[in-house]
Formats: sequence, C-alpha cells, structure tokens
Amino acid sequence: MAEFTLDDLIAVLKEAAGADEGVDLDDILDVPFTDLGYDSLALFNTVNTIERDRGIALPDETVVEATTPRLLLDAVNRGLAKAA
Amino acid sequence: MTEVVVTGVGVVAPNGWGVEEYWAATLAGRSGLGPLTRFDSSGYRAHVAGEVNFTPEDHLPGRLLPQTDHMTRLALVAAAEALADAGADPAVMPDFSAGVVTAASAGGFEFGQKELRALWSKGPAYVSAYQAFAWFYPVNTGQISIRHGMRGPGSALVAEQAGGLDALAKARRHVREGTALMLAGAVDGSLCPWSWLCLTRSGTVSPRRDPRRAFLPFDADASGGVPGEGGALLVLEAPERAAERGQHRHYGRIAGYAATFDPRPGSGRPPGLRRAIDTALADAGLGPSDIDVVFADASGVAEQDRAEAEVLSAVFGPRGVPVTAPKTMTGRLLAGGAPLDVAAALLALRDAVIPPSVHIAQPAHRDLDLVRDRPRPARLTSALVLARGHGGFNSALVLTR
Repeated sequence: MAEFTLDDLIAVLKEAAGADEGVDLDDILDVPFTDLGYDSLALFNTVNTIERDRGIALPDETVVEATTPRLLLDAVNRGLAKAA
Repeated sequence: MTEVVVTGVGVVAPNGWGVEEYWAATLAGRSGLGPLTRFDSSGYRAHVAGEVNFTPEDHLPGRLLPQTDHMTRLALVAAAEALADAGADPAVMPDFSAGVVTAASAGGFEFGQKELRALWSKGPAYVSAYQAFAWFYPVNTGQISIRHGMRGPGSALVAEQAGGLDALAKARRHVREGTALMLAGAVDGSLCPWSWLCLTRSGTVSPRRDPRRAFLPFDADASGGVPGEGGALLVLEAPERAAERGQHRHYGRIAGYAATFDPRPGSGRPPGLRRAIDTALADAGLGPSDIDVVFADASGVAEQDRAEAEVLSAVFGPRGVPVTAPKTMTGRLLAGGAPLDVAAALLALRDAVIPPSVHIAQPAHRDLDLVRDRPRPARLTSALVLARGHGGFNSALVLTR
C-alpha cells in the first residue's frame, strides 16, 4: 500500500480534528501535537480515521506515544508494512 | 447583600445576529420565523421554525468545528460578544475568578443524531470521538470555559424552557459569594429530524405552515408554539468589581428571582407561576406596582396562555401592567428563550421602550395589556421576565435599572 505521507496526515487532521487558522501546518514533522493545538481526543479521532481509511489496526499506545507527526507517520507506515 | 449587575450582553437570535441587530429587528417588529429549511418537514407535524443560519468558519477557529454542535457554535459566538461588550478578558484575570453557568434542554442533539446515523449506516469506525462530549448538556459551559480561560464555578442547569433564568440566578449567587465575573444564560435549539420529532410529539408545537399565523400566544387563534434556536449570554458582576477593572457602564441589576415547581396533575392545587412571581418580587424588595413591564412566557398553547394571563391579572390587577412577548418574532428557543427575554428587558430599560409582540390580531384576554405590533415608549425602571418549562418548571426574574 502507498506510503502514508505528511500531506496525508495533514488532510486527516483537518478532517478529524480541524485546524486553527493561526497554525501553520507546513514543516511540522517534529513539532509536538500539543503545540499544534491537538489534544489527546483530537489524536484519538485522527488515529481512528487513519485506521479506518487504510484498513489497519495500530497498537492502542499509538495515541499517547506518537507525540509528533514524525512519530505518528512512522507508526502508521510500520502498520502498513505489516499489513502488506 | 452584594448588588449584581449585567455588564455585557451577547445575542444570537432568528431575527438578529448580535445585540444591536436583534434589538433593531425586535423594535421594528421583524420576525425571524420561516419555513423550516434544514430538512424536509413533510413527514412531520410542524413546519415553521426560527432558524439561525451562519457560516461557522467565519466566526470560530477551525479546531472547534469538528467537535461542536450547531447550538454550541452559536453559544460560543454569543459568549465572545458578551465578554467583548463587558470589556472583559477572563484569560488575563486571576485563575478561578471567572465562571460560566449555562442552561440546556437537550444538549447537542443534532451532533448526536449525526453520529448515530454514521454508526448505523457505516459502522463504529465512522463515529467521532467528539461524541463523548459534544451531545452533552453541559457542553456549552465547558467549551466557553475552555475558550476564554474561565476556570471558576462552572455548571449547567436543565429545566426545559425555564432553565435560562435559573442559570442567571445561580450566577448571581456565585458573584455574591465572591466570584469576580460570571457569564450566564443559554443559547439552545435543535432543528434536526430527531429533535423535531421529540418537540412535535409534545403536542405543544403549532402545525401551521404560515409563519405569520403559527405562533400566536394570547390570541383567540393560538395553535401552539414555534421552536427556534439562539438565546443570550450575559456577563454578571458586582458593580464595584466591574469598576475596579474600569467598567462603569451596566445595563441593570438582577434584583429578584424565584423558581417553583407545579403540583402534580390532579392535585387541585394551583400551578406554581404565581408563587414564583410573588417570591421573586419579595426577593427584589418590590411590590407589583413597582413593575413597569412583564416579558411573558407566552407559550402559544391556549390553556397555558390563559393560566399565565389569569396569574398576571391576579398579581397586577386587570390591565395593571404592560405585557409583551417579543418571542413571537423568534419562536421559543428552548433554554435560550428566557435569557433572550432578559436581554430584551435590559435593552428596554436602557432605551425606555417596550418591544412589541407581533402577529396577534385577536387578543383572547381582555385583562391583559398586551403591547402589540409597535414598540411602546415608557418610563421603565423595572421589568419582570417569566419562563415556564415543560413538566412543571416556573421561574421569574426581576430586573431593575
């Protein structure tokens, strides 16, 4: 399956949790989600949407452990590789 | 006892966006009632509503949109207007010094309907995690509190259409106990199929299709109420605390309040509205002759209108006080209706004018001095606002200049 990219993540974030106009979502790979305005419920919704759309199941800890976009992308792509 | 004044008002109503637009429309007799447009009402018993349509992206941060019901978005808009009107920014006040009390009737009903539809039509993976709180009765209190950093007393009251006055009274108590600033009132409403079904099954909603003939409280041709959405949120403070932060202007005082509950049906005892009025007047230290205008509950159900008209006549004497129902231009806004009447009453005190009731062509109660069609200039120093909620709730609030 195609790699899950930062652009994909940004699209899901906007759909599942919204985006504030004041936050620039470029160049955010290592910015903690909390600094981007996303709390645990926002991440829960985001991870849930990715799992649903990609047909994968990620470990429950993903929501708390993937604290930056890079960590979440890694977790998702590991999940995709495992499902392939 | 500590005096409590209203230093800021925020309004969203079917006939006006923001305080001044609502007030101008209300004085001009412009109604916001129209055919229900949110969904096809043809399979339902009612067809007219007071809608507030707007583009949320233009008024709220994007992060809030996936997690909010329509009525919560409206509440956030009204809260921001009220705080700006009061010149207050709770985020820079000491922590825990500002709080929120809102009233609700059903929470974010439409949000819940949307998620249930997703659950049954697509499956559990399509249900938003925000369902956890977006449907919930206290959600407006929580969202307002978070957005504005108001970590003082926070609560929500549910008393159907009477709860908005109870929220203001509870906020008054918090101010008396030392909280510097309270935001209180209600913005409510739910115009989705599921809630429409519930509302219309109550038997109190007008089945008429003509927006000018659907909601006719105190009229011989009354056929029920019309549901709407919107309401008002108010900033309450002790005047000396408001002055400390440079705010010297206020709209008026919350001078008296009482809430009662009706006896069980068949008991033979009278409903509790009279007791609510008497007790609220006593709380304000006023007599009936001190009240210059009454904002009626005005249910539009003939039997309830008669009960209210008889109580008003008994307390104030036949045609003893001007009575009005500007909600004829908005519909009944569930918990939001009474705080909107409070906003209208404060603006009436400010501008020395009683806003009219509209569309009422055949007054059914000769003892009622109903202000109809045109605003009535009057020297006003005090107003009484009444609200009743389905199931037996009665609340009365006295405002003075």
